[in-house]
Order: sequence, then structure tokens, then C-alpha cells
Amino acid sequence: MLLNNRRDSLVRSLGDTLDTVVAGRSPWADARARFFRNKAAVVSLCLLAIIVLVCLVGPYMLPHAFDSADWDAMSLPPTLKNAHFFGTDESGRDLLVRSLIGGRVSLMVGMLATLSSVALGIAWGATAGFIGGRVDTFMMRVVDMMYAVPYLLIAILMVTILGRAFYLVVITITVFSWMDMARVVRGQTLSLRSKEFIEAARAMGVPTRRIIFQHIVPNLLGVVVVYTTVTVPGVILTESVLSFLGLGIQEPMTSWGVLIHDGTTVMEISPWMLLFPAAFLSITLYCFNYIGDGLRDALDPKDR
Amino acid sequence: MWSFAFRRALATIPTLLAVITVCYLLLHATPGGPFDEERKVSAAVLANLQAKYHLDQPLWKQYLYYLNNLAHGDLGASFRYEDWSVNELVAKALPVSAAIGGGSILIALFIGVLLGTIAALRQNSAVDYVVMLFGNLGHAFPSFVIGPVLILVFAIWLKLVPSGGWNNFEPRYMILPMALLIFINVATIGRVMRGSLIEVLHSNFIRTARAKGLPTHTIILRHALKPALLPVVSLIGPLAISSITSAVVTESVFSLPGLGKLIVNGAGNRDYTLVLGLVVLVTVIAVSFNLLVDLAYAALDPKIRY
Amino acid sequence: MALIEVRDLGVQFQTGDGLVYAVNGINFALDRGQTLGIVGESGSGKSQSVLAMMGLLARNGHASGHALYAGEDLLTMKPAQLNRIRGNRVAMIFQDPMTSLNPYLTVERQMTEVLQFHKGMDRRAARARSVELLDAVKIPDAARRIGTYPHEFSGGMRQRVMIAMALLCEPEVLIADEPTTALDVTVQAQILSLLRDLQRDFGTAIVLITHDLGVVAGLCDQVVVLYGGRVMEQGSASDIFYHASHPYTVGLLGAVPRLNQDDASLVAIPGAPPNMARLPKGCPFSERCNLADAHCVDTMPVLGPSSHRAGVLRACHRSAQQVADNHLAELSSA
Repeated sequence: MLLNNRRDSLVRSLGDTLDTVVAGRSPWADARARFFRNKAAVVSLCLLAIIVLVCLVGPYMLPHAFDSADWDAMSLPPTLKNAHFFGTDESGRDLLVRSLIGGRVSLMVGMLATLSSVALGIAWGATAGFIGGRVDTFMMRVVDMMYAVPYLLIAILMVTILGRAFYLVVITITVFSWMDMARVVRGQTLSLRSKEFIEAARAMGVPTRRIIFQHIVPNLLGVVVVYTTVTVPGVILTESVLSFLGLGIQEPMTSWGVLIHDGTTVMEISPWMLLFPAAFLSITLYCFNYIGDGLRDALDPKDR
Repeated sequence: MWSFAFRRALATIPTLLAVITVCYLLLHATPGGPFDEERKVSAAVLANLQAKYHLDQPLWKQYLYYLNNLAHGDLGASFRYEDWSVNELVAKALPVSAAIGGGSILIALFIGVLLGTIAALRQNSAVDYVVMLFGNLGHAFPSFVIGPVLILVFAIWLKLVPSGGWNNFEPRYMILPMALLIFINVATIGRVMRGSLIEVLHSNFIRTARAKGLPTHTIILRHALKPALLPVVSLIGPLAISSITSAVVTESVFSLPGLGKLIVNGAGNRDYTLVLGLVVLVTVIAVSFNLLVDLAYAALDPKIRY
Repeated sequence: MALIEVRDLGVQFQTGDGLVYAVNGINFALDRGQTLGIVGESGSGKSQSVLAMMGLLARNGHASGHALYAGEDLLTMKPAQLNRIRGNRVAMIFQDPMTSLNPYLTVERQMTEVLQFHKGMDRRAARARSVELLDAVKIPDAARRIGTYPHEFSGGMRQRVMIAMALLCEPEVLIADEPTTALDVTVQAQILSLLRDLQRDFGTAIVLITHDLGVVAGLCDQVVVLYGGRVMEQGSASDIFYHASHPYTVGLLGAVPRLNQDDASLVAIPGAPPNMARLPKGCPFSERCNLADAHCVDTMPVLGPSSHRAGVLRACHRSAQQVADNHLAELSSA
């Protein structure tokens, strides 16, 4: 209690003012508003949605199958003839359809590999962060070792040994994409563990499981979302590189990486074979990057 | 300082051992792998394998023999080429990769630091935006997209350089692949240098330097450059590693007979032992490089003293 | 002609919230051997005013008015000319010695470059002179330690190094921006007595920025009291201390803890420092002043001579007598 009555009443009235002036807004609403103010991120989101939609639905609306050879339309540049909007390859297969189907595969691999990397990363990071001590040190050393290794080479080794079945490609990619998430989740868990509100919850006797689900997980969501959007382009890129080198997706399936590789073999005479799939891939990657940046800014604006 | 170096070097051994062991076990564990008795290989290759890998011994002994070989610099025998050992294949391919890769990193460092510095000094000006845009382009598009596009433009349309191949270090075959790697690396280095220099220029000790009446060029060169370069130095490690990845793609795109091409061909041929040997070699190089960078960083930063 | 003459100095910042007037209407004159203290809370604009004089404002800052050194306006000088004066005739030391020295250069390098640049000395002579000055500020074993890095010195010693570095060219004016805030009390006393000695020996004029009234009392001849970027009261140190006539100054003095009185209560000034982007139209202190009325909030009080004491300037709508009476009333009711 302040000794001076006038000062005392001033402080109380200040307290009252604060109550009325500050209308609460949840941090999520805040973040969402910030995200949508970021024009690049919003445009990227729309563009990405369009690409995904087109890849899913497009092939059904086009007259060609992705592996059907159109014998009287071989190696055509983009044309309206026979509705080969992107042109055809040397076997007469329509490039647009192949790009879209390839997109399906690239995106599908991307999604699956991302899901498994994210799951692995969260499990690894949260465990390390929560248990702490020696276990944490060891687990993080493993992460460091994974970083020190040139991943593409090991990936090539794995593909050499294990083969190129679809699920094996996904596994190979996963093995090298979980580390960022693990590191970030571990850091977040560590800092959360020592936060006062967790201690308070513990002191009040809240059971551990409840603490984890009600307090730790929601706080992890932010970083998880951000780093998932960071993981996806990396995963798609890894698949594309492997496929480009002929070590990823196998015939008869195709992906953007395969198409780009095929494109380079004929780019002297048919540059569109290279440029269209390359454009698809690049735009998709760019979109993910901008969305990731936007999310990061939205969820943690001071982190530049 | 030397004990620090020694301790750091020791710390790299677990990583190396882990990688080598995992790869080795992968090789053995896979059915249909090279050490599976049912595999049909020519007698000559089999003889080579027996000699190098001691296939008749129990597994742990084979492993130790392998480690012993490695310690003596013997990377193994090829699974496909009966006349060549991995070492011999490496000896032909390494100089190519080293020239292209090493050369590009050095040039990229120089250009990247220069561009980053200019961009930082002229922050938010037209020059800055151009440099950053350039940086973003190199960073956003995958190397196997930029590469073929470069070939398309410069080799096919403009006919300035050959579109690939190699002729004993003849410069015109080196230009385009190096340009690709330089472009990609300059993007990263420039961005980091710019960000780092901008941050350094806002520090209190730069304010003190200005209060002392020192001219701008002295402040940049003597006070700001060294601290600004530190993040770039610590970037060199990951950069070198990603260069290895880029090298694989680059050598594929430009048909260069380097280590990358060797590994890709080996993978395509399912030449397991070759790929294993190469993976081990490159990992050793990568880890050693990281170690060197760590030591360089410690040497540059006077606050780190042992 | 006074050594330093500041007329109507103002500092504005271009921010996302609009143009912020961080400093308005500062006037003072300083001669050799004199010390001026600029007192105020965080955000009152005290640092920005001297940074403006030294040409060290941030990119989005702009200075108005005049800051004359030996008759020439520092604010409008060409950079090359300003560089000849900075570090040479007018030197500055900063608040945080931990970060104000370059950690990647030796102390020797940071000191000799000043002499090399301003006085054209060679490395040897510069080093010798630097060691002399380090001795003068009582750095033990200076000849050996000069070759070491700043992080090998303690906070107090680093501040002494800064002071030595600032005095290398025997400047006529030394600007000290909160030189003791980051140091503990015993070191504080040493630094202040050092400054006093140096002033006596070299005749340097000192501009001392601080929020600590104890520091001001020990060292200053004149005092300027700032609040919300404006001068509230200005005069000789004894006038300000013993005959404070502005509610803010009174409040500041009252907020100093007294260790020699058993029943002394800490009387804080209620409220918080102002948001510089949104100041009231009138007196910036009106929100926290218990003598304020509607007129105070509406109309800016003009800084004018006090009717009570010669040589004191104050900016208040209430008279000095009213402030004194109110203060007595408060003291007796506490």
C-alpha cells in the first residue's frame, strides 16, 4: 500500500484503465492477421493451391493419358493441334498431362516423406528436450552427425542397395529430412520445460500427460507448422534430384525430376520439354519458400 | 590451441566410424547385395573381392579388415570393373572434381563477400535490390534446373561454350560448370555477408569508431570486416558439403568425369563397393573440411581462447 | 565566444508511427573547464541530443537547430570536416564499455589509430603516448596490457580505456553519455573522480549525460533537466539542487532514497515515461504532475527565466512559489 493516498488512487485508476483499453486477441488470430498481410505469402498460397488442384483434377479433364503415344504428333512444340498444349515428347506423349501426373507423384512423395520426417523429427526432438541430460546430448550428437554427412551420397548408396521402389524412395528421403524439425522441437521443448507456467502447473498437481497435451503441444504447434513448410520443399527437391540422376522414381511412373532429366536430353531441339516441368517445380518450390517465410514472420515477428 | 585442435579432431572420429559402419552393414545386410553368396559375379571380380574383403571370414573380422584397409588408404575393389580398384578410379576422377568444386568455392567466396559488402553499404538502394534478387534466384532454383538452362542459353543458342564434356582441364569446358556453382554459392554467401555486415555496422563499437572521427573506409576495412566475415567462415563448412551434392548434379548435367559422375554411374551399375568406397572418401573429406573451418573460426575470433 | 554553443537543438525521427520529435529546444553554452549535466529519465532525449551533435544519429534521424563548436556548426559540416573534429577536438565516451570497444582488435590498435589519423604520428610514437594515457587513467601494467583484447579487461577498466582513448588528442570537449551507469557503485566513484582530475589537469569542458542525480551533484556546474524531449528546468547545479522549482525536478530529487533518515519513504513519481510518438499538446509532464490542470495539458509552457532566482530557466505554468508550497504540503502529509 502506498503511503500517499493521492498516488494510491492514481495507481488504482491506472489499473482500471488497463482493464478496459486492452481487448484481448489470441496469438493465433494475431498471427493469422499478420500472415494475410504478407502479400507474397498469400499469392504463393493461392498459386500453390492452384497447382495442387490442377495436378489432381487436370489429368481427368485432358483427352490424353500420360503414357499414350500419339504417333502423328511426335516432338511437337506447344500447339493447339490435338490439344497438346505443352507439346509432346519424342514418343508423342503429351507433356502437359505428364507434367501434371509427374506433379502428383512429386507432391505425393513430398507429402509422405514430409509426414514421416516431421513425425520422426518431433518424436526425436521432444524426447531429447523433455528427458534432457545425457540422453539429450547423445540424441543431438546423432543429429550433428547426420548434418555432417553429405546426404545425397548416402541417399545414392541407399538407393543402390535398397532399390527404387516407391516406398523405399520415400524412406530414403525421410532419413535425411528430419533433422531440422528435431533440432527446433528440441529447442522449443527445452525452453518450455523451464517456463514458469509449466512449473506452476506441476506445482498445482496437474498430471504430466495433461501438461504435455495442454501446455507443451500447443506451444510446439507454431514451430512445427513453420518447419513443416520448410521441410516440404527440401523433400521435393531431394526427390527431384534423385529422379534427375536416374536414381529416384522409376519408369513407368514419372515425376518432375524425371521429366526434367528427360527434357535435358532433348533440349536442343525441344526446349519446352525442359522448361515446362522445370517451371512447375521451381514455382512450387518458390511458393513453399514464401509461405514458410510468411508463417515464420507471422508466428514470430521479431525473428528476422 | 593445439590441444583444442586435437580434441576437435578426435571428436570427428565417432561420426566417421558411424558412417562407415552403417554403410558397411547396409552392404552386408541386403539380400542380393555384393556379399551374398548367390550373387553371380565373374571369377576375376570374385578373386578381387576375396582378396580385399576377406569374404570367407566371420563378419566382424571382415569389418576389421575393411577398417584396416581404410586406415591404409585402400578404398576397396570395384564390383563391376575387374581391372580397377576404387583407388585408381578415384585418382582419375578426383582432380576434376577438385578443380571445378574447389575453384568455384574460392571464386564464389571472393565475389560473394564483395557483393554482400556493396549491398550492405548501399542498403535499400537499387544496387542492393539487384544483388539480393540475384541472390534469391540462385538460391531458389535447383541446380539441375539452372544448369540445363545455362546450357540452353550459352551453349545451344549462343554457341559460346560447349554443352558438356571434358578435355583435360581445357578452360572452355570448365567455364559453364564453374559458372553454375559460382552462381549458386554467391547467392548464399552474398546474402549472409550482407546481413552480417549490416548487423555489425549497427554495433556499439562501430559507433565508437565513428565518434573517433575515422574515415568510412578505415571503419569498414579495419573494424567491420573481420567480425562480419565470421558467419561467412562458418558457412564454408556446410557450403563445401552442399557443393559435393551440387558436384554430383553438375557433373551429371555437364558430363564431367569427376567423382560425382563416378558415384552416379556406380549407383546405376549397382557397383556397391565402388559406391561404398566413394561415400567413405567423401565423408572423410567433408568431415575434415568441417574441422578445418571450425579451427579457422576459433583462430579468427579472439574471444575463443584455450 | 563560448567553446560550445547549442541553440534550439532538436532531433526528429522518421518512424512507422510518423515523425517523432525526440528532442526540442535545447540551449546551452559551455566554456573551458566547465561541466554541464543533462539529466532525465530513459527516453527523455538526453542521449539523442549529444549524438546529434556528434553526427551519430541513426539513419532515420535528423537534427535541427545549431550546435556550434568554436563558432562552426557541427550539424551542417561536411563529413570530412566533422571527422577532423570528432575524436580530436570533441571526444565522446559511451554508456556500455562492454560493447563499445571492438572485441576483434587489440586495445593498442584501437588507440594508436586515433593518433595516427588525427596527429599523423607513427606507430611507435602513438603506442608510447597511448601507454602514457593508460597510466594516467590508472590501468595497471599498461605497457604490457595494451597489446591485449578488450574482453581481457573488467568493465571498470574498459571504461577507463575508453576515457584514455577519448583523451588521446587532448580534446577541448568531452561528451560522456552515462559513463557510469553500467558499472557498480565503487567503480562509479573512481571513474567520476578520474573525470574530475582530468578536467582539472587538462581543462576539458565536459557534457555529462546521466539519470543519476548523485553523479550530477558531484561533478557539474550547470544542469539541464529534460523530460519528454524538452527542457523542464535549467540552471546552476546548486540552484537546481537546493532550490528546485519545477515539479519534475522536485519529484526527481524526492525520489532519491535517503539512507540517513529512518522514516523516509520512497516517493515515486506516479505514471510512466511518455510515448514520444504521442505527446500531449501541452506540457509533456502534465500527465504525471499533481499540480497540473487543463491549461497545462493544452498549452506548452515556455522556457523562461524564473521569477524566483536569477540564472534559472524553467518551463512551467505554475510559479516557483506555488511549486515550493505544494512540495512543503506534500512533505508534511507524508
